[in-house]
Amino acid sequence: MGKIKKKYEAGAATQYISRKQACRKLQLSLADFRRLCILKGIYPHEPVHKKRVNKGSTTNKTFYFLKDIQFLLHEPVINKFREYKIYVRRLKKAEARLEKGIANHIRENKPTYRIDHIVRERYPNFIDAVRDLDDALCMCFLFATLPKSGRLHIQTIDLCRKLTVEFMHYVIATRSLRKVFVSIKGFYFQAEVMSQPVTWIIPHSFPHNHPTDVDFRVMSTFTEFYTAMLGFVLYKLYQTQNLHYPPRIPLLSNVNVTLNDDNKKRKRKEEIQSLCDENEKSLEVVASLNMPLAQFQDANDQEEDAAADEEVQDLLKEGLTETQEEDQKKSEDEIKQRKLFEGCKMFLSREVPREAMVFIIRSFGGEVSWDITAGLGSTFSIDDEKITHQIVDRPMNEKPYISRYYVQPQWIFDSVNAKMQLPVKGYLPGDVLPPHLSPFVNEENGAYVPPERQKVIALQRGEDPGINADEDELSEEDESEEEQEEEDGEGDEENVEENIDEENESPVVAITPGKKDVDRKLNPDQIAAEEKRLAVMMIPKKQRRLYEKIKYGERRKKREAEQLTQKRKAIDDEKKATRKKEKRRKRAA
Amino acid sequence: MKAKKRQFLEENTSLSLNQESLFPSKGKLDIDDEDSSDESVVESSDEEVLEKETEYFNKLQAKSAQTIEKPYSSDVDDDVSDDEDLRNTVGNIPMEWYENFPHIGYDLDGRTISKPIRNQDELDKFLDKMENKNYWRTVHDKQTGRDHVLTSEELQLIQRLKKGSFYTSGIDPHEPYVDFFTHEKMIHPVTNIPEHKRSFTPSIIEKRKVGKLVHAIKMGWLKPRKPKTDESEEPKFYDLWEETESKTPTNSELARQKMAIPAPKTQLPGHEASYNPPPEYLPSQEEIDKWKEDDEDERKLDFIPEKFDSLRQVPQYPTFIQERFSRCLDLYLCPRQRKMKVMVNPEELIPNLPKPKDLQPFPTFQALCYKGHKAMVRTISVDSTGQWLASGSDDGIIRVWEVATSRCLREITTLGDQPVKCVSWCPNKSVCLLAVALENKIVIINPSIGDKLIYSATDSLLQSFQPLADEETTNKQESEKSNAVIPPWKTVETGLPYQDGQRLVITHPKDVSKVTWHAKGDYLACVVPGNGHAQVFLHQLTKQRSQTPFTKCKGAVQSVLFHPTRPFLFVATQQYVRVYNLVKQQLTKKLMANSKWISSLAIHPGGDNLLVGSYDCRLSWFDMDLSTKPYKTMRYHKRAIRSCCYHPKYPLFASGGDDGNVVVSHGMVYSDLMQNPLIVPVKVLKGHKVERNLGVLDCCFHPHQPWIFSSAADKTIRLFT
Repeated sequence: MGKIKKKYEAGAATQYISRKQACRKLQLSLADFRRLCILKGIYPHEPVHKKRVNKGSTTNKTFYFLKDIQFLLHEPVINKFREYKIYVRRLKKAEARLEKGIANHIRENKPTYRIDHIVRERYPNFIDAVRDLDDALCMCFLFATLPKSGRLHIQTIDLCRKLTVEFMHYVIATRSLRKVFVSIKGFYFQAEVMSQPVTWIIPHSFPHNHPTDVDFRVMSTFTEFYTAMLGFVLYKLYQTQNLHYPPRIPLLSNVNVTLNDDNKKRKRKEEIQSLCDENEKSLEVVASLNMPLAQFQDANDQEEDAAADEEVQDLLKEGLTETQEEDQKKSEDEIKQRKLFEGCKMFLSREVPREAMVFIIRSFGGEVSWDITAGLGSTFSIDDEKITHQIVDRPMNEKPYISRYYVQPQWIFDSVNAKMQLPVKGYLPGDVLPPHLSPFVNEENGAYVPPERQKVIALQRGEDPGINADEDELSEEDESEEEQEEEDGEGDEENVEENIDEENESPVVAITPGKKDVDRKLNPDQIAAEEKRLAVMMIPKKQRRLYEKIKYGERRKKREAEQLTQKRKAIDDEKKATRKKEKRRKRAA
Repeated sequence: MKAKKRQFLEENTSLSLNQESLFPSKGKLDIDDEDSSDESVVESSDEEVLEKETEYFNKLQAKSAQTIEKPYSSDVDDDVSDDEDLRNTVGNIPMEWYENFPHIGYDLDGRTISKPIRNQDELDKFLDKMENKNYWRTVHDKQTGRDHVLTSEELQLIQRLKKGSFYTSGIDPHEPYVDFFTHEKMIHPVTNIPEHKRSFTPSIIEKRKVGKLVHAIKMGWLKPRKPKTDESEEPKFYDLWEETESKTPTNSELARQKMAIPAPKTQLPGHEASYNPPPEYLPSQEEIDKWKEDDEDERKLDFIPEKFDSLRQVPQYPTFIQERFSRCLDLYLCPRQRKMKVMVNPEELIPNLPKPKDLQPFPTFQALCYKGHKAMVRTISVDSTGQWLASGSDDGIIRVWEVATSRCLREITTLGDQPVKCVSWCPNKSVCLLAVALENKIVIINPSIGDKLIYSATDSLLQSFQPLADEETTNKQESEKSNAVIPPWKTVETGLPYQDGQRLVITHPKDVSKVTWHAKGDYLACVVPGNGHAQVFLHQLTKQRSQTPFTKCKGAVQSVLFHPTRPFLFVATQQYVRVYNLVKQQLTKKLMANSKWISSLAIHPGGDNLLVGSYDCRLSWFDMDLSTKPYKTMRYHKRAIRSCCYHPKYPLFASGGDDGNVVVSHGMVYSDLMQNPLIVPVKVLKGHKVERNLGVLDCCFHPHQPWIFSSAADKTIRLFT
């Protein structure tokens, strides 16, 4: 007889470890364990048979893979955690004894650690890191806007700000921004970095309420990792674009001179610039996003190379298969989109969110400036005759320039999403803006498409250039037509009623010819539907569940879309009715 | 002018200084230098005096220079000396306070100092100015109320103070320094204690301290302070992935990479998240209320869509940080799992079947409706010629219909008002007989319909029967042996029942639920549920005798069926169908129906395939050569299946259920044994209404046309062609 097997000494029970056990095994406190897990990207696992893993107990526990914990055991950062603990203890003791010199000495030797190796380990390839950039960007953009109030390390906030600015510079330099969306939560941006979609959100530029139900230690641990990762990614990205990594603005000193001819203004400008010192100034100019970055010397050669490549591609174009042609077309569209605002000179009023707007306009090749007193980095003044668009977000009081369009900021966002410059009608100051639609919605499979989106699609195809020409006029025309129709309709109805009356009066005592049984000859659609119904009955049970699930989902989607269209229709009808009423009232008056 | 002035000053240098006369009340203050406040007061008074003095001086200079040349007479000095003992003790107070008093203070002895009578008007003043030689050096002392003529010493003092030099003229500010303590060397020391030894030897404590430090340095414990650099605080970035391309990962690294599940990306916002969404995405008040009431997990959106007229009106999202934080929590607290998402086109799941159009003929629409029954029609049967249809309803009436015209030809009402459980035509074409299961009896009826030769021959056949004596005894013996009651046969010869067609009555101990004929029409099998072990009875018509084939019976028998060609009997209990060989008298097969409660049985005319309908909506097709498990299970009906049947000629089968539908399917059985039967549903026949949760109760095919009859709880029988 063999040895009696004990329970829970093999199988699933040995593969998992509870969180408490893991802490003990690593000799870490829970807080340190948490930090380590965040940095190393270790997450718990849900065992299939929880009771078996829990050795018969049913208490609720968090389980980790034993292998993961064993992997953590070798982490050099753990030692640094311990050193830090000792450091804190020593410092406390020294301070309690009022030994200032010793305390200072201890403070100077504060243990620091780097997490480069962790970044490398978690993202063995560069593209992995790019793929995982979303959360890092969101977090850094949030931290860059947090107040330097002592709750967080100021260095962290500064670093986040620096990194985010650098990232935006990269996007501008490569013109890789694809989609923008203004949500009530903030600005969503989607860029294509190394042909990976990267989406991030920037909060609206107002102070946050400091929340009480948020553990900022967790957040700052995440940020610690994200800043390191983002920094390395940015370094590599800048390298691929032949840019200096800590970004440099070429000829920074010349900027001041070239800008304004007016002496007075220049003086004022110098005054403003004297508000911040030289170090800050360079940072601020970089952060204004309004200057192209300095490239390495040999960049020009590469550009030439790129031009040559394009020529080669043009030559190659002739012998392409269909799919390749499609790709080609797609890339051409992309290139077109990149040059969306090229040749446009835009001026931002001070109520417009500057950073986001500058970022978007510059990413699509436009020139942009703002009032010189609103911030550093403006390149031309409001009275420049070459300005094509001025972005305004409040009622206009001053005298407008005739040579430029005055538009609301939504025009920029909508144009970017439509991949073309939309007609400015409807976006002028004081206009009721058309709805701002999300570019992230998948419109396939019978999903609901709002009528505004359909209009934009039509515009993109170039089908109906006059559709946005003048809504009011159109609606007026509609109204007049409708009224006519109504009148006609009323007449018709009366006629019909008369006819019916006549019919009713005639006697019914007669043998009516029998009707043909409609059921006997089904139309082909009905037959096909019945055939399908019968075939569905024969789906094997296993697949029928799946089939029914899919069908259920489809039906739900359809229902939702239907609800939305109904709602829209009701709203539109109501609008029309009120407009008509007003018009009638006017006419009566 | 300047020269004159200098001359005048030089002349007056010899005058002695009279301090006390100038500052009578502050003579002590010079000694008491430390009191700074008093000092400042003195200075201020000095300044005042100085100002006045200079004023006068200038005036005088302007007036005449000649008067100055004369030395001053000594009588002026006498006046001053008179005043010397006159001192006011009120202190340094504003003298305006004494304006309304006759006196201006008190002298050292405590006597009042009366105000001098000075009623000088402007003229007097002018005259005084003109005449008095000393007017320019006269100062009014407010404290004493007297005029005081400054002496030349006093004037000199004033000049000195004005220049900022010393108070007295005799002090040399640049005297050679004399070291007070050591310029005289003493011959005796201050202390005479001899020096201690330790002041000559090196300190041990220091040595130890130094030793410790040296040791610490040697051991590397003590390090020089690091140079402070700002750059060290900022993280430095470099090309982290430089070597990855060249380096091949180890196996463990590869395993980790393989196991790692990247975090799912957050869902991207839809139109409803816009700051200016289309109006159809804005919730109504009810929806907002519902959103607020709902649990956080149940909400479809985690925010209420809002509309703002312009971008500048959009406020900060109040829970932005919380949202990020919850994402962080998700990232490090949520278990991750790979979920396989099925990307299937639902159309691909539908099996590719031959089109029903190609499988004709089959019944497609309702042709006739047989109305007449007053209660639900539980059972129907078509005779072998296909001309007559018999039906039995719950009020105990049996009707025989002409199939082609839906005319009711016979109505047999004499059986009582108990529900007719089962009717069945005798499949033998040479006789015209109908077996009816009613209460605990089986009644054999000759409905006298159709060919007169046949039905009269049937009667004569029944009458010619001669029971054998020994058979009766054997019957009795058998019954004793099997311990069951052999049901007695009774011949009906006269009366109303005879006129109605009743010929034979077989009485059973309990209610009969089902009766079925053998294909040759001689044997009858019936089910008597609840009759212990003898639930199945076999009756032979020609010999008018009965037997119970089973000595024991497992489970409640639901249905029995004869094999069309071979001596097999199918007995369906609730979950199994047992196949007995009647010749060998043994169980040959036990089929598992995979259902909870079998309701009906039908056998393919070929005899190798069996159809089993059950109350749990399943219709199972058994290929008896293949397996004891169903070849195919179909769920055509949403509710219980009540009956199923095969067409005797066409490859068709049908099932009727409580959902009121009859589903006709094409069921082709190939003679090639290697090919499985082809089953294709071809038509769902609708028309019957569902009453009291009962729909189609029975269905049967026409013997040689592709027609199907169905009877239902809505008291009708319908023919679909």
